[in-house]
Amino acid sequence: MSHEHDHHHEHDELALRAAALEAVLVEKGLLSTDQVDAIVERYERDLGPQNGARVVARAWVDPEYRDRLRSDGAAAIRELGYGGFEGDTMVVVENTPDVHNVVVCTLCSCYPWPVLGLPPTWYKSPAYRARVVAEPRAVLREFGVVLPPEVEIRVWDSTSEVRYLVLPERPSGSDGMSEKELAGLVTRDSMIGTGLAASPA
Amino acid sequence: MSSVDPDVASADAPAAPPRTNGELVFAEPWESRAFGVAVALHDAGVVDFEAFRARLIEEIGAWEASHGSSDGRYRYYERWLTALEWTLLADRIVDLDDLDVARKAIEREWDHDHDHGHHR
Repeated sequence: MSHEHDHHHEHDELALRAAALEAVLVEKGLLSTDQVDAIVERYERDLGPQNGARVVARAWVDPEYRDRLRSDGAAAIRELGYGGFEGDTMVVVENTPDVHNVVVCTLCSCYPWPVLGLPPTWYKSPAYRARVVAEPRAVLREFGVVLPPEVEIRVWDSTSEVRYLVLPERPSGSDGMSEKELAGLVTRDSMIGTGLAASPA
Repeated sequence: MSSVDPDVASADAPAAPPRTNGELVFAEPWESRAFGVAVALHDAGVVDFEAFRARLIEEIGAWEASHGSSDGRYRYYERWLTALEWTLLADRIVDLDDLDVARKAIEREWDHDHDHGHHR
């Protein structure tokens, strides 16, 4: 691990604590730095919203898949090869013209890792976690999502058992697009509910 | 109460390497180590992730109780690292002496690198 001299002292302190903890665990034979490297690489490279985007695009083109996704999210997601840690119980909540869903974890940062990767900084922030429950419409507006007043907003609070994935509405003008092209319209935020799927260019 | 401001939040670590889709996963290298260590310990069956999560929730709750939800100094992975240390200490998997010895050795190593840097 490299030492960055221009960091604020607080960062040095945290880096030192993290390095000391890892060194002790390695010395005790409880883990190896290679194992930690492999985990970090997997979460930085392989797990991310590109996985969830494939799930959403499949649901848009295949009504039977959409039904399976609604009835058992984790099983339908496993069909595409995604699952495991922090994704064992998945509930897929579907946006409609009348209902918009948005996901939060009020207590910490629970998030469906296999389909979205690790959460962005704002998802973990105290401000988002408190405010999206208290004033979801205002928070969504800050994200650029302005919903008509008659659209109901449902806020889903993740727990240690259940992870939520929002199934955004398929954008208009995307009729002739392939499943792969459609996946390109599915943004991370649209699967958290703080965004909408992109419109075709 | 502060605004969430997604643009600012997602751009708060411009020096960190972006992943292939442009998203930042970890703002600092130590964050990735703290994350990877917790997952590795779970994989190895050394740590019960639910117990760790419960401790993390306590850490976050305690920080917010004393700082409020709009304090910009909040660092999620600092809470994560603290929760991990406490979990391992409580389960007697590591003790404070272990951490202290390792910390001093690493500090010496980093100071050594620092000295060399100045002579280059």
